[in-house]
Formats: sequence, C-alpha cells, structure tokens
Amino acid sequence: MELLGHLADGFATSLSPLNLMIVIIGVTAGLFIGAMPGLGSVNGVAIVLPLTFIVPPSSAIILLAAIYYGAMYGGAISSILLGIPGASTAVATTFDGRPMAQQGKAGLALIAAAAASFVGGTISVILFTLFAAPLADVALAFGPPEEFALVLLAFTTFVGLGGDDVLKTIIMICLGLVLSTVGLDLISGQPRLIFFDQPGFYSGISFLVLAIGIYGVGEILYTIETSKSAPSVTPAKLTFKELRYGLKEINKLWKTMSFGSFMGFFVGMLPAAGATPAALMAYGLAKLTSKTKSTFGKGNIEGVAAPETANNAASTGSLLPMLTLGIPGSPTTALLLGGMVMWGLVPGPMLFIEQPDFVWGLISSLYTANLAAVLVNLALIPVFVWALRMPFTVLCSIVLILCLVGGYAPSQKLHDVWLIVGFGVIGYFLRKADYPMAPLVLALVLGPLMEKSFRQTLISEQGNILAFVERPLSATFIALSAIFFLLPLLNMLRRRMRTSTAAGNPAE
Amino acid sequence: MLMADRTIAVGLMILSAYFMWHASALPIGWNGVTGGPGGGAFPFWLSAIMFVSAGAILLRSLRQHTDDLGKFFDTETLGAVVAVVIALIITVAIMPWAGAYIALPLFLFWYLKIFGKHGWFLTLCLTIGTPIFLFFFFEVTLKILLPKGLTQPLFVPLYAYFF
Repeated sequence: MELLGHLADGFATSLSPLNLMIVIIGVTAGLFIGAMPGLGSVNGVAIVLPLTFIVPPSSAIILLAAIYYGAMYGGAISSILLGIPGASTAVATTFDGRPMAQQGKAGLALIAAAAASFVGGTISVILFTLFAAPLADVALAFGPPEEFALVLLAFTTFVGLGGDDVLKTIIMICLGLVLSTVGLDLISGQPRLIFFDQPGFYSGISFLVLAIGIYGVGEILYTIETSKSAPSVTPAKLTFKELRYGLKEINKLWKTMSFGSFMGFFVGMLPAAGATPAALMAYGLAKLTSKTKSTFGKGNIEGVAAPETANNAASTGSLLPMLTLGIPGSPTTALLLGGMVMWGLVPGPMLFIEQPDFVWGLISSLYTANLAAVLVNLALIPVFVWALRMPFTVLCSIVLILCLVGGYAPSQKLHDVWLIVGFGVIGYFLRKADYPMAPLVLALVLGPLMEKSFRQTLISEQGNILAFVERPLSATFIALSAIFFLLPLLNMLRRRMRTSTAAGNPAE
Repeated sequence: MLMADRTIAVGLMILSAYFMWHASALPIGWNGVTGGPGGGAFPFWLSAIMFVSAGAILLRSLRQHTDDLGKFFDTETLGAVVAVVIALIITVAIMPWAGAYIALPLFLFWYLKIFGKHGWFLTLCLTIGTPIFLFFFFEVTLKILLPKGLTQPLFVPLYAYFF
C-alpha cells in the first residue's frame, strides 16, 4: 500500500504539464533517433545530454529516460522498413520484420512491434516498481567493501557473459578505469596522469566527452562506411482495419510476450547482457516453443513481437540496478548515471530516502513514457517512412555539429572538443577491430567509485585486504565475480578437450 | 585484418606503457602508514594488465596463419572517413580565432555541398539555419557562450538586444 502511495505521489510529479510535455518531446525524439539506422538509445542520450541543461535536473533525467524508451520503440521501424536494424537492440526484429514488409505487411509488422514494445514496457515497469524499493533497502546496508565487490561483479560479467573476445574486453575495462583516474588523486589530492601538462586534464576526463566521442563522432564515422548505398524504404500504409486486425493478432501472443518481458527484464539487469542478447534469446525461445516453427524467418508476427517485448523490458531492467545500487545495467544507463551525478542526484539507495519525489516521479514517468511512445509511434508512422528517406549526409552533418557544440557546452573548454574528436577516431578504429565499447564507457563512469571504495576499505581496515571477503555480502559478490572471470577459461579448456578427443578419435 | 589487429595491439601496448610511466610519478606500491595502495597504484597496475593483455593479443595473432589477410579497409570508405576526420580537425582548429559561427557553417557547407553533393537550396538552408538555432538555443536560452574569436565585435549589438 505504501508503494501505491509513493507511486501516486510520483504521478503528481510526472503528470505536471512541464514533465508531460517533456515526456512527449523525449519519446518523439527518441523514436526518430531510434528509427535512424545506426543510431540507437545510447547515441541519442549521448548527443542530447548536453542539451538538457535547458530544463531542471529532475526533468532532464525524465527527458533522457523518455528518449531511451522512444529509441527502443524506434529501433524496430528501420528494422522493418529498411531491413537494417535501427540499433543493435533491434537486430532480432529484422529476422521476421523484413520478410513481413516484403510481403506487403509492413503496417502489420509495425503495429505488432509497437504493441509488443508496449506490453514489454508495461510488464517490466510494473516489475521495476515492485523491486525498486526492496532492492534499495538491501543496498542501504552496503559499505565500501560491498560497493567495490559489486563494481567488480559488474565488470566480470562482461568477461564471463559479454560474448566478446575476453582479452579485448579486459583491455577496454582497464582503459576506461585508467582514464577515470586522470586528474587529481581522490585521497591525497595530488595531480596524476596530466598528459602533456595540459591544464584541461586536471579536472579529469568527463564521461560525456568519452560518450560523445565514441557514440557520436565514432558512430558517424562507422556509419559513413556502412551506409554507402542508400537502402530502399518499404512503403507502409496504416489503416484502422489493419490496426484492429493487428491488435487481435497480437492478443493471441500473450504467452510469448510475457515470457519475453520477464526474460528481458532480468537479462537487462546484467551489465554485460542487456537488450540485444535479451531480444535474441526471446526470439529463440519463441521459435522453440511455437507451433509454427517453420514460418519463423519468413514473416511470422510472433518473431516480431518476441524480440520487441524483450528489448523494451531489458531497457527498463537495466534502469533498476542503476537507480537502486548506482551500478548501471547498460551503456545508456551508464550515461544516465553520469548525467544524474552531474546534476547532483547521486543514484543509489540514499536517493530513495533523500529524493523520494524525484525517484517516484521518474518511475511514474516510465509509465507515461511507455504510453506516450506507443501512441506517438502509431500516429507518426507516415512521418517515419518519410524521414527514413532523408539522405544520410544530412543526418551525419547535423549529428557531428551537435557533437562538437554539445561537447563544448558543459565545460566551455575547447580541450574537451579535441578529446571528443580524438576519442571518436580511436573508438572507430577499436570498434572496427572488434573491441567492445560498452565496458569502456561503464568503466569510466564506475572507475571513481571503484577506486574510492577500494581505498576507503583498506584505510579503515588498516590495510587488511581480507576485509573484502570477511563480510558475507561482499564475499558473495567476490565469489560470483571469480566464477564469471573463470567462465571463459573453463569454456576454453572444455573446447580444447573436445577438439583433442575429436582429433584423437580417427587415430584409434 | 590480422595486420590491423597487430598494429592496434602494439599501439595499445605503447599507450599502456605511457600510462604506466605517467602513473609512476605517484607512489604505486603499498602504503604502510595509512594502509592501502598509493595514489599511482590504481592507474599503474591497471595499465600493466592492459599491457599484458595487448601483448597476449599480439602473440596470439602472430601465431595465426598470415595467408588469411582479410581487408580491414577498402580504400574508398577509408578515403571518406579520413576526409570527414580532417574536416572535423580543421573545424575545431579554426574555432578559437574564427569563432564557432564561422567554423561550423563552413563545416556544414563542406559536408553537404562538397562531400554530400547536395543541392544549393538544402545546403544553404542548413548552413544558415543551424547557427541561428545554435545561437538561440545555447546563447540566448542557456547563456552558454560559444567561442567567437574575430567575430566577437559583431555579437555585441546582438547581446545588447537579447540580454
């Protein structure tokens, strides 16, 4: 009951005219960004973050969350109409969305995607509401050792579950952590890593600079080469008859959609997993349990609904550890976390006690954002079809200008703009060589917390390193981290044993 | 692809060695008095891990067969990417003295008219419209002043009007 009271208070905040307007602007912007091939929620949040100074901090976070939501919806649009995923999170939507569009059922596929996204969003927001306060209560007992262990756990999930090359993942985590130490030493206050004696490095490297560099400039450089030939847009018309038919079809898919929502939510909470694997897993599961397996990949509406519920649910899931523990579940939420810290709203359990208005306002705005996104999505489908015809060079040039100006605005130092260009170029090369970007951004955001909690613990325990395993919760986290870290090693050993037995067999 | 992999691994090794050298200006060992590591320890040892991992990638790629040289770049796309990067560098470089309101429209004009081969109408709309939007959004609304350089005197009457 207390929960409903909080939520009602929250709606009082989120339904204020300013916040309601912000949610609608946010989801519309998010839908457009998500619909553009190559640009997803993380790019949208990185590029728009510097522009959000225009509204008060709590509304700025609501705006960013709405963009995040809108972009998750929007990703499906280019997956269906162009056959190119609007964001990596919508890859699985192309499998059946594209064939449906080619069969002239683009409108139906778009309706299915929007309705499924809405279901995924709604179920996951309800789960979020139920879990947020209890999890924050547990997290209140966390001291520095638990904080350190939790951050370590977040990083080791990338090693164990990330699916990228383990060595490259480790390098990116370390690089992010080292970059986070630039500036002044937390404990002694001495300057460190002041490269080339540039005074700009004294204030450290902002997460925003890295994010705009990698997800703004780097992403555009990356898309310049992938978008050489203009893809053809499948026309989509939407009639009320189709809408009614689509909703009736979607209504038959409750089992798939609730599976997708639950799975997406819990997979999304893991820093290394997130929306893309959640969507792929949901697609696989839907195919496995479907009665019409053979039509998957040839335009099955279930194959559109399953990944779309999961990726929306995952985006809500990744907000949960960010808000309650201060550990982001995805690169996008890492940027949200950085933004909140910038505005003096430090995520974590204390936020629920100190700023309940903000927390519940944000949670309730997820409900309104979800509803706004589905309505705007369906209403603006003709506009998206038109917008997708926009030449890529127009989009790229505008995004690059926003990157330069947006990078300059927060600190008003050209030093940061140079860093953005530098990170963009380096990020582009690293990404081309299959170095994962998410751990880098997460490490830069979490680096200060990791170092601070590590050194605080050791100072208060007079240098006793065993302090981390003497407390039950932190010991559990450390043990889990160890398992995740050893997971790829075990896999490698198993594979080697299998190949050696396979090679040994013919000799026998 | 293999060649690029090696080059990047070597680059990362040099970078981490540079980080280690920088970090060692502060104590990198265990501090006996306060307990816990010194100020340089965190960056130093993490860079060390980076160095070892990059070294392992280099070794791994050296052990692979060299005949499967995939293409990392094709020359056409590389040309486009390099052109955009150079344009960005020039834009940022001239910003301090020419001002954002000259540098950014120049970039847009280059990108749309020369690089993107768009028509005059679209190019001029965006080249003129974008700085006006930026002025009203950042300077008038947010009171964030973009660099002006030589063009500073031209903005005095505008400021007098809007502030």
